[in-house]
Amino acid sequence: MALIYVDKKPYEVKPGKNLLETCLTLGFNLPYFCWHPAMGSVGACRQCAVKVFKDENDANGRLVMSCMEGIRDNMYVSVDDPVARDFRSQNVEWLMTNHPHDCAVCDEGGSCHLQDMTVMTGHAYRRFRFPKRTYRNQYLGPFINHEMNRCIQCYRCVRFYKDYAGGKDLDVFAAHDHVYFGREKDGILENEFSGNLAEICPTGVFTDKTLKEHYTRKWDMTMAPSICQHCSLGCNIIAGERYGELRQVTSRFNSEVNGYFICDRGRFGYEFVNDITRVRQPVIRGKIADTGDKENLFNILAAVLLGGKIIGIGSPRASLEANFALRQLVGKQHFYQGIPENEAHLTHTVLEVLNCGRVHTPSLKETEQADVVLILGEDPTNSAPRLALALRQAVRQKPLENAANINIPAWHDAALRELIQEEKGELFIAYPIETKLDEVASETFHVAPDDIARFGFAIADYLNNTAPVPNGMNNQTLEIAKHVADILEKAERPLIVSGTTLFNEDIVKAAYNIALALEMEHKKAGLCFVLPECNSAGLGMMQAPSLTRAMENEDADTAIILENDLYRRGAKADIDHFLSGFKNIIVLDHLHNETTGKATILIPAATFAEGEGTLVNNEGRAQRFFQVFMPKNQNIRESWRWLDEFRQFRNGIMPEDLHELDNLTEELIAVLPQFRGVETVAPPADFRINGQRIPREPHRFSGRTSMLANVAVSEPKPPEDTDSPFSFTMEGYRGMPPAPLIPFYWSPGWNSVQSINKYQIEVGGPLHGGDPGVRLFREGLVSKAGFQDNIPTAFKPHTGETVIISLPHIFGSDELSVYSPSVASRSARPYIMVGNVDAERLRVGEGDILHVQIGDQGYDLPVIRKEALPEGLAAMPYNLPSMLGTVWPAKGILTKTMS
Amino acid sequence: METPLTQHISFNRPPYNLRDYERAGGYQALRKALTTMGPADITKTVQDSDLKGRGGAGFNTGMKWSFVPMTGDHAVKYLICNADEMEPGTFKDRMLMEGNPHQLIEGMIISAYAIQASISYIFLRWAYKKAGRLLRHAMDEAYAAGYLGKNILGTGYSLEMYLHTGVGRYICGEETALLNALEGKRATPRTKPPFPQVSGLFGKPTIVNNVETFCNIPHIINNGPEWFKSLGGSDAGTKIYGVSGRVRKPGLWELPMGVTMRELIEVHAGGMANGYRFKGALPGGASTDFLVKEHLDVKLDFKSVAAAGSRLGTGTMIILDDHTCPVGFVHNLEHFFAQESCGWCTPCREGLPWTEKILLSIEKGEGRTEDLQLLDMHTRFLGPGNTFCALAPGAMEPLQSALKYFREDFETHISQKKCPWR
Repeated sequence: MALIYVDKKPYEVKPGKNLLETCLTLGFNLPYFCWHPAMGSVGACRQCAVKVFKDENDANGRLVMSCMEGIRDNMYVSVDDPVARDFRSQNVEWLMTNHPHDCAVCDEGGSCHLQDMTVMTGHAYRRFRFPKRTYRNQYLGPFINHEMNRCIQCYRCVRFYKDYAGGKDLDVFAAHDHVYFGREKDGILENEFSGNLAEICPTGVFTDKTLKEHYTRKWDMTMAPSICQHCSLGCNIIAGERYGELRQVTSRFNSEVNGYFICDRGRFGYEFVNDITRVRQPVIRGKIADTGDKENLFNILAAVLLGGKIIGIGSPRASLEANFALRQLVGKQHFYQGIPENEAHLTHTVLEVLNCGRVHTPSLKETEQADVVLILGEDPTNSAPRLALALRQAVRQKPLENAANINIPAWHDAALRELIQEEKGELFIAYPIETKLDEVASETFHVAPDDIARFGFAIADYLNNTAPVPNGMNNQTLEIAKHVADILEKAERPLIVSGTTLFNEDIVKAAYNIALALEMEHKKAGLCFVLPECNSAGLGMMQAPSLTRAMENEDADTAIILENDLYRRGAKADIDHFLSGFKNIIVLDHLHNETTGKATILIPAATFAEGEGTLVNNEGRAQRFFQVFMPKNQNIRESWRWLDEFRQFRNGIMPEDLHELDNLTEELIAVLPQFRGVETVAPPADFRINGQRIPREPHRFSGRTSMLANVAVSEPKPPEDTDSPFSFTMEGYRGMPPAPLIPFYWSPGWNSVQSINKYQIEVGGPLHGGDPGVRLFREGLVSKAGFQDNIPTAFKPHTGETVIISLPHIFGSDELSVYSPSVASRSARPYIMVGNVDAERLRVGEGDILHVQIGDQGYDLPVIRKEALPEGLAAMPYNLPSMLGTVWPAKGILTKTMS
Repeated sequence: METPLTQHISFNRPPYNLRDYERAGGYQALRKALTTMGPADITKTVQDSDLKGRGGAGFNTGMKWSFVPMTGDHAVKYLICNADEMEPGTFKDRMLMEGNPHQLIEGMIISAYAIQASISYIFLRWAYKKAGRLLRHAMDEAYAAGYLGKNILGTGYSLEMYLHTGVGRYICGEETALLNALEGKRATPRTKPPFPQVSGLFGKPTIVNNVETFCNIPHIINNGPEWFKSLGGSDAGTKIYGVSGRVRKPGLWELPMGVTMRELIEVHAGGMANGYRFKGALPGGASTDFLVKEHLDVKLDFKSVAAAGSRLGTGTMIILDDHTCPVGFVHNLEHFFAQESCGWCTPCREGLPWTEKILLSIEKGEGRTEDLQLLDMHTRFLGPGNTFCALAPGAMEPLQSALKYFREDFETHISQKKCPWR
């Protein structure tokens, strides 16, 4: 530790940090703009000036930018020095010379870092008497709004977009007091992380365009901590509501998971909650039930639930509680995972591997620290976007090791980038086609899935010769495998990324073998698997048979289908056949889809915004999302609540005596001990601080007493939350809640998202009380699972039949996010991708239509030619909403349509 | 009086080609350095000569070189000549490049050898078309003669040299902005530390020196450090001084370091032109403080000019005469500096245009009394360390000294609501 004196008071501080972050960690209100804890210092804005003195006798000192000043032992600093204060206030005056006076109508108002900093420095009187500079704004696509006049030129946007996220189409143009931040010309921002600009920008230049569509001030939103539902990583988010409509999703800091950033699918995919096709009423055999009378509804259900055999079909996008409540309702032996056999088996294999205790699955933060990365059969940019952002940081780790030798500190972003330039650490990617991460990869290997597995097995064998070795590998591939093995072996923190995207179990096994071989060499290797959906891991851990098994068992009378459109899980004919065998089909879901169309009883299920639940992410981290708002429509309730009520009702318990979420959690860990830990993910519903709940609304929330005044002048009683420690009002504990219960970031004087500093133990580090989430995978040896054998043979084309793999798309492949108009407009269009040899054989060029016959399902799709695809292998986009379901990989017949 | 830098320069004839240059003793210093001296000897010699950087900062050149790592694995090091001469009123490097391009090239090769650089660049101001042509020709000759390229003079030392023309940005004269520009990035300065000697061009050890600095090197190698020191008066070596403005004979002269301002103006520049009186002068380019009559006997070396409250800078003086409005004069300068701000840091990007607007408004007779306080504030807060690089502090030097020495003129503008010179 170092001893520094700030305004003559001594503080013990951590060395290796800069003075700005140190002062912020110590609680000083020091203004800044260009510095960002995840992006380091560049010294551009000059806002964080403080005085530094030579020693205690130095009365003059000199002004320094605290973000560019490293901590030294016995450092004498003054934050409060009058010259430093004057300079900071003057700096804001300079920034404000051209800033519009539009706070009252600006999207950022009330959560604006520039507002906060202006007030903080005390600049209030305008002396600049000349006209303001103005700019033309650009169209930047459906996600981000551009308002350049507000710009204060802190350069954060380009530093995030270009330097951090690898974007290419946002830059800074022109010079002097006319620098411009935007695209070369109007157009959609291409990068998958563009939404973060809205949080990175300290003022209202880049704002959330979807929020603008239904704008609400931050202080008027009802907010709750939540978990992103749109991939398996479980990024932490804050969701905000007003008037029964979800308005905005922002990133919620979790140093172990997503840090400060989330992807655009996660940020903008929330609008399915507001979709007009929501299921709003229970529908019984085509008739809307009398919902005012719950007992009546239950009586109708009773006839169904008490007679005949019932099976339950769970879902990887439903919460742990919902799946468990269904399992308890129908009984263990009648509960099925709502995913096809190969996916269930694959997830099972992944979970086995991660649970065996011999390999370590890293958090996202750990993946950022990896010095060598091997990706086997994944395209993280599309299957787990936030992971791709992490890997972009990982490739900088190795070159940065030299920085310390010439005394460049880790926070000095500008100097580090100048030093390492375009140099990258080792990243190897094996995937059938090019991926976006290829641009930062040192080597890529484009082959069929089976050959990716064989490549992986070969690497494992080079690392440890007791690992099984694939036969008949060509020398060139073996050479690459050896090269990769050599580099992995030399790495300090090697990382293997794989997953379920290609639905190839052998790839998963090969990835495991590599990680295991490295472990046996005493390397702390990370093994990170991408899974298909937000709760794939949680569902898999329940160890239920798959949908395919359910389809083989045809003797049930009633099926209860939980938040799952089965038509996305298999061929239409198969699902039709399966569903036609039931007398009753009870479906619980948020939105109408083909499966809900088959329901004899349709139950409206709450989305993540309308209810609580727990998800388990790809690293086995259980995380709780909390209800953001109580829907006005009281028919919309959490699936687990419905299902648990069904069960209790069936057992003769009347609706008014029903259990709450916490009871269900207790039952879960009692029945399925593998979920032990879930009960500690968040404090229980009766948790109070000083006897108070935690308010979901900021204390400036306006209009509560007048919102319904046109209906009745007496203020209605706010809804009561029986499931969580939150209140639905602004009343409650004003201080800092425990980390899993942070509904929004706010601190006196810090209204913007930058107030997050105040919630962290040290700025940029973990939250007070530890980052939320509990890892359920056990560390330490559980089983003696050795190397996995079962090496596939090399991929060979079959005459007449083509193997079709599915390729995930960040926009389009996720079921719920495409309901957001913004995401839908960015969605991939259907295609059939073929390699050159097949294209020549079929005599098709780019854009020609090919007929694809998979079983008895036919598609006519435009061709994309991709040189990298091997002969006999084709690709289609994964689960686009407009396309029929299929079990992947599929076998199909491609024929040119005569048109 | 010896004038090593300009002894072979005559504008009555084309500059020396390689043969003429060699005949006049050219490339002898290179031969001596590469065949009889080690890199460390050269650095030591230059350091001992007390040659100070002629770009304006006045830092000991050999000392600067000595920070370049000479041990360990540094496969690539760079040497760069800063020929982006854009300081208003400064044209000395142009004269050296157009007058004797081989002298610069020879100086660069010796310097590159001293730091064991393998690649060198001349970063040339875009408008210096003629210098560009001549340098390119001279470089071709030097390559053909084996002074550049692989295995120079059979010593095993290799050096590539490239001519790079900028696009006319003043900030590129700032050595770290120059590095960014050379890398193809925006010409914004970098922070120091890390210094370019450690992490410079493309993150590799790099030395950037001014044209005039490099031109001195062959002579120091040929004649030794003591000779070099003896050339000057109050500081080592000779200096190319210049005078522009309303003097009888504006021009450039190579003189012993430390000539007085009076001698420079009255003897070499022929005194003030008829009907004009001396009011003040910027001694070393646009970004230096005014000196006035009381300073006429100040010696023009780094230390003495600093003691008088200004900077020697590039040593090329701009004269303010009594027929020229100081407010308009300073406004013109601030217009230049505001336009040349790179836009990276707040005080420079937003502060300079503000001062420019205030000065214009005063000049137009629309000034207000509080404007002078605002200008004072800017001169105080745009000081060294407060801004990212030296551009804004440099821009404040003529303004702060004008406010000090010609404050009455500013006040008259405001009280009379017009410019008295119009």
